[in-house]
Amino acid sequence: MTSIRIDGRDCPTRTGINLLQACLEAGASLPYFCWHPELGSVGACRQCAIRQFSGPDDTKGRIVMACMTPVSENTIISIDDPEARDFRASIIEWMMVNHPHDCPVCEEGGECHLQDMTVMTGHDTRRYRFTKRTHRNQDLGPFVKHEMNRCIACYRCVRFYRDYAGGDDLAVFASHDNVYFGRAEDGTLQNAFSGNLVEICPTGVFTDKPFSATYARKWDMRGAPSVCVHCAVGCNTIVNAREETLRRVLNRYHEDINRYLLCDRGRFGHGFVNAPTRIRTPLRAIDGQQAAIPMTDALQAFARMAAGGRIVGIASPRAALETCFSLHALVGPQHFCTGQTRHEQECVELAHALLTRHPGALPTIHEMESADAVLVLGEDVCATAPRLGLSLRQSARQASFHTADDARVPRWMDAAVRTLGAQCPSGLYVLTPAPTDLDDVAAQTRRAAPDDIARLGFAIAHEIDPAAPAVTDLAADDARLAARIAHALVAAGKPLVVSGMQYGSPALMQAAASIATALARATPAAGLSLVLPECNSMGLAMMGGLSLETVMEQARAGAISVLVIVENDLTRHLPPADVAELLAAVPDIVVIDHTATPLCRQASLVLPASAFSECSGTLVSQEGRAQRFFQAVFPPAPIQAGWRWVQALARSLDPSAPHMTGLTVWRDLDDVLSALAQAFPHLAPAVRAAPGADYRMNGQKLRSQTYRASGRTVIRSFVNVRDQPPPRSPDTPFSSSMEGAYGPDMPAALVSGYQASPWNSVQALNRFQHEIGGPMRGGECGIRLLSRVGHSDAKPAYATDIPRPHLVQADTVLVLPDTRLFGSEELSMFSPSVMARATAPALGLPAGMAATGRMVLHLDDGPHMLPVEPVPGLPEGIALCPAHMVARAFRFPRMARLERMPDEGGRS
Amino acid sequence: MLDTLRTLFLTALHAFHRRATVQYPEQKPYLPPRYRGRIILSRDPDGAERCVACNLCAVACPVDCISLQKTEADGRWYPEYFRINFSRCIFCGFCEEACPTYAIQLTPDFEMGEYARPNLVYEKEDLLISGSGKYPGYSFYHVAGIPVPGKARGTSERERPPVDLHSLLP
Ligand code: SF4
Ligand code: SF4
Ligand code: SF4
Ligand code: SF4
Ligand code: FES
Repeated sequence: MTSIRIDGRDCPTRTGINLLQACLEAGASLPYFCWHPELGSVGACRQCAIRQFSGPDDTKGRIVMACMTPVSENTIISIDDPEARDFRASIIEWMMVNHPHDCPVCEEGGECHLQDMTVMTGHDTRRYRFTKRTHRNQDLGPFVKHEMNRCIACYRCVRFYRDYAGGDDLAVFASHDNVYFGRAEDGTLQNAFSGNLVEICPTGVFTDKPFSATYARKWDMRGAPSVCVHCAVGCNTIVNAREETLRRVLNRYHEDINRYLLCDRGRFGHGFVNAPTRIRTPLRAIDGQQAAIPMTDALQAFARMAAGGRIVGIASPRAALETCFSLHALVGPQHFCTGQTRHEQECVELAHALLTRHPGALPTIHEMESADAVLVLGEDVCATAPRLGLSLRQSARQASFHTADDARVPRWMDAAVRTLGAQCPSGLYVLTPAPTDLDDVAAQTRRAAPDDIARLGFAIAHEIDPAAPAVTDLAADDARLAARIAHALVAAGKPLVVSGMQYGSPALMQAAASIATALARATPAAGLSLVLPECNSMGLAMMGGLSLETVMEQARAGAISVLVIVENDLTRHLPPADVAELLAAVPDIVVIDHTATPLCRQASLVLPASAFSECSGTLVSQEGRAQRFFQAVFPPAPIQAGWRWVQALARSLDPSAPHMTGLTVWRDLDDVLSALAQAFPHLAPAVRAAPGADYRMNGQKLRSQTYRASGRTVIRSFVNVRDQPPPRSPDTPFSSSMEGAYGPDMPAALVSGYQASPWNSVQALNRFQHEIGGPMRGGECGIRLLSRVGHSDAKPAYATDIPRPHLVQADTVLVLPDTRLFGSEELSMFSPSVMARATAPALGLPAGMAATGRMVLHLDDGPHMLPVEPVPGLPEGIALCPAHMVARAFRFPRMARLERMPDEGGRS
Repeated sequence: MLDTLRTLFLTALHAFHRRATVQYPEQKPYLPPRYRGRIILSRDPDGAERCVACNLCAVACPVDCISLQKTEADGRWYPEYFRINFSRCIFCGFCEEACPTYAIQLTPDFEMGEYARPNLVYEKEDLLISGSGKYPGYSFYHVAGIPVPGKARGTSERERPPVDLHSLLP
């Protein structure tokens, strides 16, 4: 702890940061543009000028850029110094010389960092009387809108897009004050994190395109803390709503997970909530036609279906813990299915078991950034856990940070560190069947079939710890590669092994765990991370249940009279023949879901559930972190949370029925959670993922609207001119109106948006953090259910079932799932912008095999005619087929026949 | 006694004063153009809707009786709906003051009585007039940077034509 003096006030601060950070942490309002906590300083904008004095006797001092000056003991600075003030005011005035008169028609207006800074410096009158420079805009695709006139040339966008996220299609062009930030030509931004430009750019150059179509000002929208539902990473988000529609998703800072950045799937995938595919009323199949019916009729219909027969419940890895648990309570443990096939379930349970047993570290996404050697074993993390992939990309820079430390260059001195690090080796090894987005920063990549990668993994484990089983007949260069990687991992202070279940291969995960276990013997910091497919896969694995195959058997035996399926599209798990068989064998299918999936069309009863923005619940991320999402939208009845529907079903049943203990008396989410804690003690900490509905700050609920939301007395006056009471929110500690407490010290899990006068943009986050880039003032957010077992001297148990090498076969190919960032995930593909971003499915073949334009692939559900594209480096005998896009249930590798197109075969 | 007589006298004297009562509605008083009465939405000199749906009037309104939703056509922002609940409006004129485009204006008309309260909820169709009201000649889009039909990029007031990115000339 050191101390600096700002305008005569002594402020405790810390070393290793720059003066701008120190000023902001001390609560001072110092304007800045080009510095960003995740990107560091380059001193490009000259906005953060302050006066620094060399000692108590120095009265003159000198103007310095706060962001480029490190904190040192007893630094004396002045922000209020008249010359520094003038300097800053003239910088803003200069930036404004070319700034268009756009605020009223600018999506950034009201949350614009440039507006805030302009007000902060006091520049209010335009003196410049000459003409303004203008620019043409580009069409940057379905996610990001471009309005170049508003640029102040802070360079944040390219520094993020190119240097941080590894994109290469956004750059700066032209010269002097004509500089242009865009693409070489119009076209969709290709990077998976392009949406962050919306928050990174301090002006309205890059704005959220889907949001612009249903635009509302920041002050007008209700906010709620939420959790992304589009993969198992569990990034924290803020959902914004107005007039009971979801308008946008923003990043919510979580120091251990997503920090300042979200992937595009998470930011733009929410479109399914307002899509035409939403189910808004109960539907009952009558003579093969589904007709809307009132809620009471639906519940009566269910009571008739269930009378006397057995109810079996199918949950879903994309449904909240509470919803799954309510179903569990309705049908009882013997009839509760996780909604996954045996294969999927085995993989998830294995991942859970491996993580619980792992003697080393279970790093968070943020901790992964500082891993100095990373092995990615058979998982395209950039598609299955995008935000994790971005962290691994940063890990490749560890060596350059160490070089910078040695050269005594502070790590936030971005340009210098990047120059120093240009020659530094990366510690990232990517062993996958197909190319990944991390290849460009990898020290080495290797393309091989999943089984061969697993063998390599076991060989690496054996290299590290000879007690691990050896791999026989490994090719010589594989053995060399294994030795090299083993050496790199052993030499590292913080090694990390990442794998997952993309290829449905237990061997891959076992191999990854073996390596991490072997490493942990000498390096307790050795980390293991396993990627799971869905937002609550881990939660469901911890709950357990039957597999879909077991339900199929029961159905075939005629033992099921009603199947209650909650938020699960079985057609994505089972091949069409199996789905048809299941539907034929069970008299009545009840589907509770928010979106009309193909399964819904075949159900006897469909009940409209609320989407993540319309209810509250808990999800468990792949790192075992239970996190709560909160309601921002109050949908009209009968749309209600999944667990409320299950409860309504229970209430409609004969009260003397044996199962469902307690289920019918739950009043709110807290009741569900306490019942869950009793039934599953190992899930009990999930109750504390966020404060309960009874939480009060200064005796008040928290407000979910801003202090100046407009239109309260008119917005519903076309329905009824009398004032309506604000909607009740029994499951959350939020009031749905403007009334309530709000402040930077509120619990981090309850931050519904960032605003702290005079900071109205997302940069107001600085005020909510204890330290910039560090913990939130409001403490931890979410709670980890997996804890580290700790080091033990017992001999580690290594998996011994090493797979046999992959053999190329003459008549069939091994079809691997090509999991796509846009296209393979279920819910985001109901979002119009993501649909527009997804590319058409194609069959990837090794460069040598991709001869003809189209080929026929014979999968379980029949032949598929697909255009072929060559995939460089793909091993022989392997084909890549987009997961879930060609055959809906195709997610795991299988052998399949591949044919030339019958009519094209002759010509080619 | 004297006081009582004096009061009677003064009261009687009033009968001969000039009358201040205006015989409304037969006789209409003069109201200056800046009188704060019924609110209207005006149009650009070229006849297009002036309101750009910036939401500033709504947030300035102390009784929160304005609401609207932005939509867009050919790059031009305008309100999809624009609603004022006049049963709440206090005719303070803050909305007019906040409006950056001179779209929303208060007029000297105050004859808005209704028997049913819902009739005081005015939609955009009820608010929109065909002229430019008190501020003739002003067109926001000719000052702002974004192009709209009829005004190409770089042709607003005090703007240079768009930069040619391929030129390296200073
Ligand atoms: S970028 Fe900010 S200052 Fe510029 S027009 Fe948009 S809101 Fe106004
Ligand atoms: S586009 Fe935005 S982030 Fe990029 S230089 Fe301009 S103002 Fe900065
Ligand atoms: S990485 Fe996953 S959790 Fe994070 S934003 Fe993307 S899809 Fe959502
Ligand atoms: S302030 Fe003016 S331009 Fe903005 S929404 Fe209101 S009427 Fe329209
Ligand atoms: S923030 Fe310091 S120079 Fe830009």
